[in-house]
Amino acid sequence: MKTHVIVFPGSNCDRDVAVAIQNIIGSSPEMVWHKDSTIKQSDLIVIPGGFSYGDYLRCGAMASTSPIMKSVIENANKGVPVMGICNGFQILIESGLLQGALIRNSSLSFICRDIIIKPTNTKTIFTNKSKISKMPIAHNEGNYFANSNQIKEIEDNDQIAFQYCDENGDINALSNPNGSINNIAGVFNKSKNVLGMMPHPERAAESIHGCDDGRNIFESLLS
Amino acid sequence: MLAKIHITLKKDVLDPQGSVIANSLKSLGFDNVNDVRQGKFIELEINSNSKEEAEKQCNDMCEKLLANLVIEDYSVEIEN
Repeated sequence: MKTHVIVFPGSNCDRDVAVAIQNIIGSSPEMVWHKDSTIKQSDLIVIPGGFSYGDYLRCGAMASTSPIMKSVIENANKGVPVMGICNGFQILIESGLLQGALIRNSSLSFICRDIIIKPTNTKTIFTNKSKISKMPIAHNEGNYFANSNQIKEIEDNDQIAFQYCDENGDINALSNPNGSINNIAGVFNKSKNVLGMMPHPERAAESIHGCDDGRNIFESLLS
Repeated sequence: MLAKIHITLKKDVLDPQGSVIANSLKSLGFDNVNDVRQGKFIELEINSNSKEEAEKQCNDMCEKLLANLVIEDYSVEIEN
């Protein structure tokens, strides 16, 4: 499998995700600087977490105009799997590959802790091995928003990837860390080859992390 | 020319920062404050032959980058 990880100024999860890809998928990813303009052939492109461009204007807004994003969009439109984690999710939204918006957490504070998510659609390349999983979030703007028409469209097309839930898998207000509409933690594009998610599976990918629930997302990509 | 661009949250988007500001204003004694919405103000200098052309370009900038139309509205004002 040929894999790529995009690196922006301010990315800080690029090497973590590269280690997860190496260990779980068994492919040594090519690290692609945001000023490069082409990704010729890829089986997986990952946009990692971090604080690209210092979150200027809006999180992900500056990065979405970087030269490499044209090629990411072209590849996504050809069906290449593209995955954005945390800031990567924000960048995919700003680039128009995913619907909705990510706004300030309802608590107005940065949240860094473990949460539990449940896959909503397990028939995709990213989630076919997914189950209720614990992994960390670390963000200030992870509050997923879309207006009622957009939410209906996303739901009707099975585009919700993950929802925050409790240990029993119940989706309720108490298990919603940031105010996201319908507890949404991740969404797909219409064709389900683009995934954006706020939780960090690469930070829960080995027993040394204290939890390795995040592996199932990378393992899904293998089957 | 000078463009003055206001970017505000759409009415159906919650503004927790605005609510906190409203509470702080009330605690300072401004009891008649009902609602606060926080937004962005961007000033930019632009070379253009006409106000209309400058306004059109600024609208384009807002749609492409300056505003996120899922959550924000914008308005553009051009001064000579």
